[in-house]
Amino acid sequence: MPRPAVSIRNVGKTWDVEGRPPLRAIDDLSFDVAPGEFVVLLGPSGCGKSSLLYMIAGLEGVSNGVIEDDGLAISGPSPERGLIFQEASLFPWLTILDNVAFGLAIRAELPERRREKAREILRRVGLGDVLDKKPDELSGGMRQRAAFARALVMQPRVLMMDEPFAALDVQTRAKLQDFLLQIWQDSGASVLLVTHSIDEAISLADRVIVFTARPGRVKQIVPIDLPRPRPTRSPRYHEYRDYFTVLLAAEVDKAFAEQSGL
Amino acid sequence: MTTDTVAVGAPAADLPLPPKTRRNWRKARRQLAALGWGVVSIGLFAAIWEALWSFEKVNPLLLPPPHLFLQDIPGTLKFFDRSNRVGSVASGGGVGALGITMFWTTFRVFTGLALGFVSGVAVGAALHYVRWLRNLLMPTVLLLAPISPVAWLPVAIFVFGIGDVPAIFLVFITVFFTIVLSTGAQIESVPVNYIHVARIMGATQTQLFWRVILPSILPSLFMTLRLNLFGAWMVVLIAETVGVGTGLGQIISMARATFNAKLVFFTMAVIGALGFLSDWGLRQIQRRMLWWVAPNRGGV
Ligand SMILES: Nc1ncnc2c1ncn2[C@@H]1O[C@H](COP(=O)(O)OP(=O)(O)O)[C@@H](O)[C@H]1O
Ligand SMILES: [Mg+2]
Repeated sequence: MPRPAVSIRNVGKTWDVEGRPPLRAIDDLSFDVAPGEFVVLLGPSGCGKSSLLYMIAGLEGVSNGVIEDDGLAISGPSPERGLIFQEASLFPWLTILDNVAFGLAIRAELPERRREKAREILRRVGLGDVLDKKPDELSGGMRQRAAFARALVMQPRVLMMDEPFAALDVQTRAKLQDFLLQIWQDSGASVLLVTHSIDEAISLADRVIVFTARPGRVKQIVPIDLPRPRPTRSPRYHEYRDYFTVLLAAEVDKAFAEQSGL
Repeated sequence: MTTDTVAVGAPAADLPLPPKTRRNWRKARRQLAALGWGVVSIGLFAAIWEALWSFEKVNPLLLPPPHLFLQDIPGTLKFFDRSNRVGSVASGGGVGALGITMFWTTFRVFTGLALGFVSGVAVGAALHYVRWLRNLLMPTVLLLAPISPVAWLPVAIFVFGIGDVPAIFLVFITVFFTIVLSTGAQIESVPVNYIHVARIMGATQTQLFWRVILPSILPSLFMTLRLNLFGAWMVVLIAETVGVGTGLGQIISMARATFNAKLVFFTMAVIGALGFLSDWGLRQIQRRMLWWVAPNRGGV
């Protein structure tokens, strides 16, 4: 068996913010992500999914346990582990092309070379015509594609996404999901995608990792054994759907009860 | 009759102009309208003044209407001086002297603004990032910030003597503390995802500051600068009246002392025009250097 791309071992996270009681967001979490695998993290809000991505990205430290990237403990952020947010978060003072070339500029690649690379990747995501536009001249879906391009141009081995489609309308979301599957297959990167949409999980994932309510732990790991493109009308699809609905409902109830102080 | 008009008018309205031409045309019309309203507004103001004068409601010696204080320009201009020397006696300067006087006052405003802005951002950022510096200096900054720049005038004269420096210093004070305080606040409010993106791409602390933090905070800081421009024009005149001995402020002061109402109003008109032009100038700088924000918006 090949070495996992990301290996999460007994990871815990306690947020200790001044003036607030310490908050246990994640507790004893363990799972692996294989190279080239598409993993979806599904769980009630507040169970620490974003916290986990930030720790894998190296933006936050773990409180317990260890996260390994290709066998090495993570010590800080790296362009090898890209992260995409719900908002595209493009820099408004750069053109689309310069936004995508930003990481290459940080790496001090030559201007002509980085322009060429950025142009190439933007063409691949279908934004070849808007290279010189400002981010706020683009629609939400186009902006998010540019954010994909900005991460992809660094050729990440792991691509993390924190509810990347949550702010988009239904049609755009469906298109971008197809688009994501395509770039995932082309790039060979492992993908870790956070969502709270059961349909999104079933239509995208190789494996779905269902979280418990806070403190987040692995409740269940469910491989999705369906051919792609996922047959949304098939009885199997609906079985998965019902299954996840029941799994999640219990955790959402728990999360809700805690939030309302019951 | 009516149908006729519509039949003639309709095709003309639908003429398919290329979008760019149409946009330029619309823009030109908007600018023309703005200019028109400007003329009407100022014209109305002047007309009321002139009317009050012609009905003998105002004393032309105290409130000479525009046609009087603009009429005798050569006479007025002889009060302006070519040199930027303190206490030099006006030597019948003419248009050149007016230009030189305007230049020096404008120079003091913009030098003070530039120094105040740059050092305000630098000090504000240093206070934000260096904790011991913040602990050490912040209480003093908060103590000094609310003091009116005018109150600094005696200090400025004690320290720098009579000349350009006290006026520049007063303008500096007008923007410095405001910029120091808002730099800290603006750095706090940089979207955290911008910082995440830069860190993932491998940016060092220095790259993060110059490539992400600074461009995100500049638009609203520049807006703060623009809002303080008129304040700067006010204090520079006060400084020139008292502590410089040259410039438009000194002219006003002299005009007051010699009871020359025409000269007062002429100089006021010049100051108004300069204030307006300098705001326009700052807007142009904003449009060139901060091209990603709409000119009337400070936000990110
Ligand atoms: N930077 C942070 N500082 C303090 N607490 C945080 C921070 N990020 C997240 N948390 C807390 O950790 C818990 C889990 O949050 P998060 O990871 O965002 O959950 P999810 O993404 O699953 O909704 C929440 O209670 C949240 O308030
Ligand atoms: Mg989240």
